[in-house]
Amino acid sequence: MTRAPRTVYLDHAATTPMVPAAVEAMSAHLLEVGNASSLHASGRRARRVVEESRETIAQALGCRPGEVVFTSGGTEADNLALKGAFWSRRARDARRVRILSTGIEHHAVLDPLHWLAEVEGAQVELLPVDRDGRLSVDTLRSALAQAAEENALISVMWANNEVGTLQPLDEVVALAGEYGVPVHTDAVQAVGAVPVDFAASGVDALTLTGHKVGGPYGVGALLARRELDLTALLHGGGQERDVRSGTIDVPAIAGFAAAVELAVKEQSGYAARVGALRDQLVTGVLAAVPDAVLNGASTGSTDGGGADRLPGNAHFSFPDCEGDSLLMLLDAQGIECSTGSACSAGVPQPSHVLLAMGRSEAEARSSLRFSLGHTSTSADVEALVAAIGPCVERARSAGMR
Amino acid sequence: MRVIAAMSGGVDSAVAAARAVEAGHDVTGIHLALSRNPASYRSGARGCCTVEDANDARRAADVIGIPFYVWDMSDRFHEDVVEDFMAEYAAGRTPNPCLRCNERIKFAAVLDRALGLGFDAVVTGHYAVVRDGADGVELHRASDAAKDQSYVLGVLTQDQLRHSLFPLGDTPKPLVRQEAARRGLLVADKPDSHDICFVADGDNAGWLREKLPDAVGRTPGPILDEAGAEVGRHEGTLGLTIGQRRGLRLGVPAADGKPRFVLDISPVSGTVTVGPREHLAVDRIEGIKPRWCGGAPARLDGAGVTVQLRAHGEEHRAAVSVTRAEPVEASTVAIELLDPAFGIAPGQAAVIYDGTRVVGSVTIASTRRVSA
Repeated sequence: MTRAPRTVYLDHAATTPMVPAAVEAMSAHLLEVGNASSLHASGRRARRVVEESRETIAQALGCRPGEVVFTSGGTEADNLALKGAFWSRRARDARRVRILSTGIEHHAVLDPLHWLAEVEGAQVELLPVDRDGRLSVDTLRSALAQAAEENALISVMWANNEVGTLQPLDEVVALAGEYGVPVHTDAVQAVGAVPVDFAASGVDALTLTGHKVGGPYGVGALLARRELDLTALLHGGGQERDVRSGTIDVPAIAGFAAAVELAVKEQSGYAARVGALRDQLVTGVLAAVPDAVLNGASTGSTDGGGADRLPGNAHFSFPDCEGDSLLMLLDAQGIECSTGSACSAGVPQPSHVLLAMGRSEAEARSSLRFSLGHTSTSADVEALVAAIGPCVERARSAGMR
Repeated sequence: MRVIAAMSGGVDSAVAAARAVEAGHDVTGIHLALSRNPASYRSGARGCCTVEDANDARRAADVIGIPFYVWDMSDRFHEDVVEDFMAEYAAGRTPNPCLRCNERIKFAAVLDRALGLGFDAVVTGHYAVVRDGADGVELHRASDAAKDQSYVLGVLTQDQLRHSLFPLGDTPKPLVRQEAARRGLLVADKPDSHDICFVADGDNAGWLREKLPDAVGRTPGPILDEAGAEVGRHEGTLGLTIGQRRGLRLGVPAADGKPRFVLDISPVSGTVTVGPREHLAVDRIEGIKPRWCGGAPARLDGAGVTVQLRAHGEEHRAAVSVTRAEPVEASTVAIELLDPAFGIAPGQAAVIYDGTRVVGSVTIASTRRVSA
């Protein structure tokens, strides 16, 4: 197909461009030698970069430096939190095999949970969400009360990656506190988009990743309270307080820290600017396709106080329209978005998030996510709004098969 | 034209897509996901729906420089091809799922979606030729007789053919592989696929027994000779095919010591009859559900009229007469075979040719044995 002259990138929730500060911080160390575990001057210099980065991240996200465990990204951080905490809890008390989570978690949480259930005998309960994709706190309350002595862990994401709905984490933490159950949260989508303060949130472990905040791929962190016992997944040189062995990726961590620092510093301005663009996008798309349905929590208040949706997220169902077809037609015009489905296995599956939100398979298949980020402009939104009507019409004529 | 290239992950469809680009078309590659649970690490490259195949197709699209998507056709494929395959076997017939897939999926569901999305045609790596004729487009055999795939395309109608491109029809397979290598396509020496793509290990009978636990045809029963004497037992008629010789494990040897073949299967009574090869000879076929590539003929008895009864099977000289009905699919077709055929099972497709041109196809409903 003929390529559009310009790419309109509306898939920031998948990955967002690196910010210049992160590129600079990272490239500054790419040509420097020094293993952060070495004892000589080069090693000490490398270690200093890592520790300063750790302090930067701790400062930005309200935790102690010692609570930052660098990982290869969000998936590893989620795996470490879930498996590491489960194994430790069960080792202390064999009855504690129950993990409570939600049906709308990212696969980086769901798949480790399924694995723990199948292989390790964990009893995983995925709690329901409402039609906006928000965890029902009442269900969590009653679930916690049942077999209270068996609860090992709770994992509830900070904000959903597909429909952008923020989860009632304060209430989750308060309830968990009553039962003494540690809480993990996947905050990959939340950092830089909404205020995130580890200590104030009261969670015991929090996942974040570099490439969603303007940093590099392949680096992330688990913020984990000192009191939370974690069994290591990777054994080796004992790096990262023996929880995550492996030679430390100094340049990536420097870039990651620079990105987190900037994202958190600019969060409120970002939320206001990107939230306004998102509102423009939602209004424009609904005007072009009047029967489109906005999925997820209301876009009402995204100013940082009491927001219940990620500022950059817009997620629609387009009735009688195959999301895959629509994505392909938009792509041909240089407009890039996501069906939100996991198709890494080659076969696109209808979104488990929308199914958990009570949508039918057909509704799930008719959905698209547009996610804005730090490089998004009004022109991006206008390009989408101009294209979406004809594309939906065309995709409808191609049918739902 | 704007065309959709259906890319299986094999060498043929990759070269076909590349040639379509070179011919000046605006090409978008797609890979059909036909199973919700693809066998990810199946050894070798025998099928067309593994994750590895999807990845091979994606890499070919990268090299060719075209956009690439995976289209989920798993539900349609299951309903139209896999369930049909099971139902046909359960009824004691021998279906050809590849024809069915071409008829219902590649040149129907995929083509319809492509046309709906604003494309003009579908290009595939089939070895066959579409060319303009007196009454519209014609489907012909490929020039490489060993690779000719016009048989599995014999179900396509004029309308489907008009929106189909087969760029490999004039090229022998070895040259296609050379061309793939020259174009830098990594699938250049990938082995051809042979088996039914959704039967991973090629064991149709085992697959059917697993998928159809309650079906007729699972009850063990007698294997009889033509005189009615029991010469063996079978584990169920499911998966047995007329003309089959192997795997029968007959306990009583034939009087003349010659090999015996399945002559008849009655799934309901569970009886299987075996006999010598010459008793398999068929000289007349009654066909149903005809699909004509162009207009429906009344009678075909020219010197060049032949039928082909299985993929890569031989040509049999034939005379064909059609008893027309409305709709056209309700017509019946009688095929007199001038050269007898062996091991012909109901459910198989008979594709009718006039010279190299495909006239159409029928599903075999019944056959007449020469010896009968």
